[in-house]
Amino acid sequence: MSPPASDIIGISTRRIVAMVLRYWYLLRSSWPRVLDLIYWPTVQMLMWGFLQTYIGQNAGFFARATGTFIGAVLLWDILFRGQLGFSVSFLEEMWARNLGNLMMSPLKPIEFVIALMIMSIVRLAIGLVPVTLLAIAFFGFNFYGLGLALAAFFGNLILTSWAVGIFVSGLVLRNGLGAENMAWTIMFIFLPLTCVYYPVAVLPGWLQIAAWSLPPTYVFEGLRALLIDHVFRADLMIESFALNIVLFGAATVAFLELLQSARRNGSLMQTGE
Amino acid sequence: MNTVEPAIAVHDLVKTYPSGTAVAGISFDLRPGSITGLLGGNGAGKTTTIAMLMGLVTPTSGSVRVLAADMPRQRYRVLHRMNFESPYVEMPMRLTVRQNLTVFAMLYGVADVAGRTARLAAELDLTELLDRQTGKLSAGQKTRVSLAKALLNEPEVLLLDEPTASLDPDTADWVRGRLERYRVERGATVLLASHNMSEVERMCERVIIMKRGRIEDDDAPSALLTRYGRHTLEDVFLDVARGRAEAREAAQ
Repeated sequence: MSPPASDIIGISTRRIVAMVLRYWYLLRSSWPRVLDLIYWPTVQMLMWGFLQTYIGQNAGFFARATGTFIGAVLLWDILFRGQLGFSVSFLEEMWARNLGNLMMSPLKPIEFVIALMIMSIVRLAIGLVPVTLLAIAFFGFNFYGLGLALAAFFGNLILTSWAVGIFVSGLVLRNGLGAENMAWTIMFIFLPLTCVYYPVAVLPGWLQIAAWSLPPTYVFEGLRALLIDHVFRADLMIESFALNIVLFGAATVAFLELLQSARRNGSLMQTGE
Repeated sequence: MNTVEPAIAVHDLVKTYPSGTAVAGISFDLRPGSITGLLGGNGAGKTTTIAMLMGLVTPTSGSVRVLAADMPRQRYRVLHRMNFESPYVEMPMRLTVRQNLTVFAMLYGVADVAGRTARLAAELDLTELLDRQTGKLSAGQKTRVSLAKALLNEPEVLLLDEPTASLDPDTADWVRGRLERYRVERGATVLLASHNMSEVERMCERVIIMKRGRIEDDDAPSALLTRYGRHTLEDVFLDVARGRAEAREAAQ
């Protein structure tokens, strides 16, 4: 049997499509999984939206800074849900005890990772699009009104979320489901450090250094610059992208090393706790 | 001189974990089209050996060649020509049988996915189950689905890890019959790890007995019965497992 015609430089689009289909079938068969994608982003958006409305009615500055909280919570969801979409799709294989089937099939790690990236966007779209429409209906905040800036924000945040997702998947491959909690909690360290809801200047000086080493910080600063000062900071987006390249590269190297380690340690044979 | 390259060639294979040695320097060749049983008690090293053959586990030392490819380094050259079945690896429960077979057919590069799925379903008596969720099937039905997955790409090398474990005798017999037929029709090389001695005796032309990571004996079932002076392979296995053969030799 010769390699399929859909192979591009050793990467098979057909195998990637097969994995995306596998996750699509799963989502289609389980309404609780779909509901879970929408539920929490909706709750968060409503809470922050009403809080912003309340503060805006009582403080002049916030009245001018319309949408900063709602915009921030929606961007945070891209970061958090993007990583979760990647990691949960990966964890589905562990829960289903299907990883052995995949690892002994011709599916290559790069194809698996690309399929997980595609699924993170699919899951994100299912969860976020209805919430953005609700934001228009409830608070008159049009997320899509951010225009091209939104594309830059999205691109940078999804890159960070994939880098973290790849690293967490490597940890779970190497250490089994005992490392599963990392998938749910690791991104929360980004919440205070990347200054989702407040400017970097609020942090103590030494912590600002840590904040500026994380790509999403530039995005959230960029959002505030856009909504408060009505300026699109391309420089922040470029710096964020450069850091993302480094982060993504480091995560990929870590994943491959953890996979090799899992092969050496026999962890792929035992994908339980 | 026999110049046919073995389908599987294992030389001085060792796998050591921090907790101990799982495989302690084994060597064997399997000729194309042969069916060989891999026997051994729990912890004998059978599953680790199969995992190294599939490239799932990296050997500590030694070499594994499958269909002339070094494993695990060149595994992507040959994985689409191999397959495996094990009751310890499951298929996604929420997907229907048809969805599972479609996904795996695509992963293995099967050209006519719908046609191959339909033909296999008919052969394995799965047609009426195709649109049922895999998780809602009985153990016997799930085994047939796993078998269908293992045969999707018409593998030249088929590795089976206890393919009839937890099956009732009727279903187990049916599975054995189907595997034998596949091997004969396809000329496939089959390695069968099992605890079921009568199964190995019935199906295999050669038996490799492992104990504590080493090969204790390796011969045709009839030759083993003669050498150990036993009537069943189970008695031979017990002799090896309990060290009775060595004790008898020492006494003599």
